[in-house]
Amino acid sequence: MAEKILPPEELGRVDYSPPKKSWMDPKVEFRKGTFNYGAVPSSTSYLDLPFSRKWQPTDDDWQLPDNWKEIILNGLKDRLKKYRSLKVFMDICVRCGACADKCHFYIGSGDPKNMPVLRAELLRSVYRNDFTTAGKLLGKLAGGRKLTKEIIKEWFYYFYQCTECRRCSVFCPYGIDTAEITMMGRELLNLLGLDIDWITTPAANCFRTGNHLGIQPHGFKDSVEFAVDDLEEITGIRVEAPINKKGAEVLFIVPSADYFGDPHYFGFLGYLALLHEIGLDYTFSTFASEGGNFGLFHSAEMMKRLNAKMYMEAKRLGVKWILGGECGHMWRVIHQYMDTVNGPADFLEVPVSPITGTRFEHAASTKMIHIAEFTADLIKHGKLNLDKSRNDQWRVTFHDSCNPARAMGLLEEPRFILNSVCNHFYEMPENTIREQTFCCGSGAGLGTDENFEMRMRGGLPRANAVKYVQEQHDVNMLCCICAIDKATLPPLMDYWVPGIQVGALHELVGNALVMKGEKERVTDMRSNPLPGKEVTVDA
Amino acid sequence: MKLFISLLAVLVLIILPLILVANGGDSIRYLFGVIVPYVGIAVFLFGIIYRVLHWARSPVPFRIVTTCGQQRSLPWIKSSKLENPHTIWGVLGRMLLEVLCFRSLFRNTKVELHEGPKLAYGADKWLWAAGLAFHWSLLIIFLRHFKYFAEPVPYFVTVIQNLDGFFQVGLPILYITDIIVVVALTYIFLRRVFVPQVRYISLPADYFALFLLLGITISGIVVRYFFKTDIVGVKELGTGLLSFHPVVPASIGVSFFIHLFLVSCLLMYFPFSKLMHMGGVFLSPTRNLVNNSRAKRHINPWNYPVKVHTYEEYEDEFREVMRAAGLPLEKE
Repeated sequence: MAEKILPPEELGRVDYSPPKKSWMDPKVEFRKGTFNYGAVPSSTSYLDLPFSRKWQPTDDDWQLPDNWKEIILNGLKDRLKKYRSLKVFMDICVRCGACADKCHFYIGSGDPKNMPVLRAELLRSVYRNDFTTAGKLLGKLAGGRKLTKEIIKEWFYYFYQCTECRRCSVFCPYGIDTAEITMMGRELLNLLGLDIDWITTPAANCFRTGNHLGIQPHGFKDSVEFAVDDLEEITGIRVEAPINKKGAEVLFIVPSADYFGDPHYFGFLGYLALLHEIGLDYTFSTFASEGGNFGLFHSAEMMKRLNAKMYMEAKRLGVKWILGGECGHMWRVIHQYMDTVNGPADFLEVPVSPITGTRFEHAASTKMIHIAEFTADLIKHGKLNLDKSRNDQWRVTFHDSCNPARAMGLLEEPRFILNSVCNHFYEMPENTIREQTFCCGSGAGLGTDENFEMRMRGGLPRANAVKYVQEQHDVNMLCCICAIDKATLPPLMDYWVPGIQVGALHELVGNALVMKGEKERVTDMRSNPLPGKEVTVDA
Repeated sequence: MKLFISLLAVLVLIILPLILVANGGDSIRYLFGVIVPYVGIAVFLFGIIYRVLHWARSPVPFRIVTTCGQQRSLPWIKSSKLENPHTIWGVLGRMLLEVLCFRSLFRNTKVELHEGPKLAYGADKWLWAAGLAFHWSLLIIFLRHFKYFAEPVPYFVTVIQNLDGFFQVGLPILYITDIIVVVALTYIFLRRVFVPQVRYISLPADYFALFLLLGITISGIVVRYFFKTDIVGVKELGTGLLSFHPVVPASIGVSFFIHLFLVSCLLMYFPFSKLMHMGGVFLSPTRNLVNNSRAKRHINPWNYPVKVHTYEEYEDEFREVMRAAGLPLEKE
């Protein structure tokens, strides 16, 4: 925790009464803890992004290019031509306000510009002023705002205070999706070189090394071997984890945090155990060593540039299909964008589980399935020997990650797996799960230390729902299937709901999975003693 | 301020025909009875077509369905056919639910923050109920008005009219929708004024639309129940307009001209306002697409090649460390 932050009792007192000044006043204060730093020039220039420069949001002068206004208005015009979503969403909002208290940032901050409707109006007002007849004639009376440098600053503040979680779009009577607005807003800002570092540097790393963390091929191999060693210690079985193996049946792509982050890593051990146990002929790739895609938080073009490696590598290695690990926004890209931007994947085959024979027709075109779909199928067909009691140390609740829930509908698969691998699973209140799930508050590239206060504010609704099941059912494990969740929920829990651990779905699978020839397990994937296997030390 | 400007604008629209028609001659009556309504209808029809085509000109590059239920994946997992449609029929059902029942608004909740902090979510159906009541009443009232344009009165109009006047109270018989529409609009207006957050986000246009609709419904009620106008004359005007042989009978009173003028204004305003949500909802890509983007490739017409990092470039940079780590290489 880098920044000083108010204690939870105080941060949790949110005032929802709107301020005196009209929202049309764009003035924002870049208060420490509520915004992200600007991108470093080395990253922006590596990605050939325009107007690469040293720059911070707290600077008075943002060193905008002379023709900044023209760039923005032309950029907006171009995007209105390319996206029907943007065009329709600019025109049809009736400002009913149903979305207002659906946003976690609004609930946690009380700042009216965090109501999805106003977040969109920040862009819409400029659109009305310059692109509609009424706005051109009546200006402010028609809800128009003349584009100013202040507005650019305001956009930067609020479009990086949206995690593109799409919860508001579930409630909007016209399905207006603020993620679309935020994405367009960010693309426009990027045209002026106003990128944030937490997005651009991982994206630059990913472009170069294949993963956000910048891990080079030998580092990747070390990590995987380290995991193989750890797993051997826990299970007594030395698994094979092939890397860059040509001719394997399946290419397995996971978010890089899975093999480098805690608690992601325990889920990675679970993957290794599972894939060994069923004898899947698979390979990792050092080149496609990242499933996640921070490009999505930057622009459609960057998303496409980073994601291209998946199909390129599948083709080079000659695999039949691709398996994807636990990651939220990665699955937004794979499910809703990949085939369109990087396809067609006509050199691959429709995924078929070699163990159960199940043909995954729902991925007939992308040729890529989610590991939760794959594992659920294995369990349903009775291919796994599972000992639920090995998760008895956990009283589990499940956090639906925004993208698998609202951009895919992956709701039952993880629940089926959870119910198969642990004895104590409790749902959070219904308004906070499934399609109504609340974001961790740190998605879409906002999970930085400098943005800590805003993350805690945005994470309040999620944390509060966890607190509820902690009080009701003594829940001590928040299970999730998203790499950003696993990285950012632990500090969120420590802040609002101490005593909650965060874990991967496949960590729990790994714990429960009884492997052929394994030694008697005394620890779980975290190398903590299993229930009843604690070593008693005589005093 | 925003509110009063809008109120003033609508008052002007009321006073205009009031003064002009009351003091003007036949040509003014012809202007307000024939020309303005024709212009209104033409602007409305062409405006809507233009706007919808304008939207439709922009493609849908990505299949960005907002999924509100279980996907279709494994055969033994029950998928949500309406909330996460995997067929065009599912989409049709989803859209019908959205358009006819306001499905998404039905989900509406209200969040409350208590000391602790402790968040609580409660169902909040008032906006949904008022919205649905208003839109359905308006549709029924609109259909009822066909009796002024067609002779003989179409059967469905008679049925609707009988249902609407089911309670047979008063003379002329009171239509339930006349009451509902005013109550619902008043609720929506008061909500906008008294809920601080909603007031904060409101624009003049939001109030203007409400005042205009209230003006239309109230003037309609006034014409029917209070300052009764000559119904036969109105029907003569209506059928005349529809058959392009317009006549303005002298028996039609000023109060009716106010009603007709406000309706004409609504028609002209409609295509250029947020009221176009009526057309837009059908074009909303988060609702009107099948969630099958992994099963079937969605084509983006402007998909263009981008600069990517190839494996060859990657291996060129890392060949030595890869060799040292014993990783297979393309080029030794």
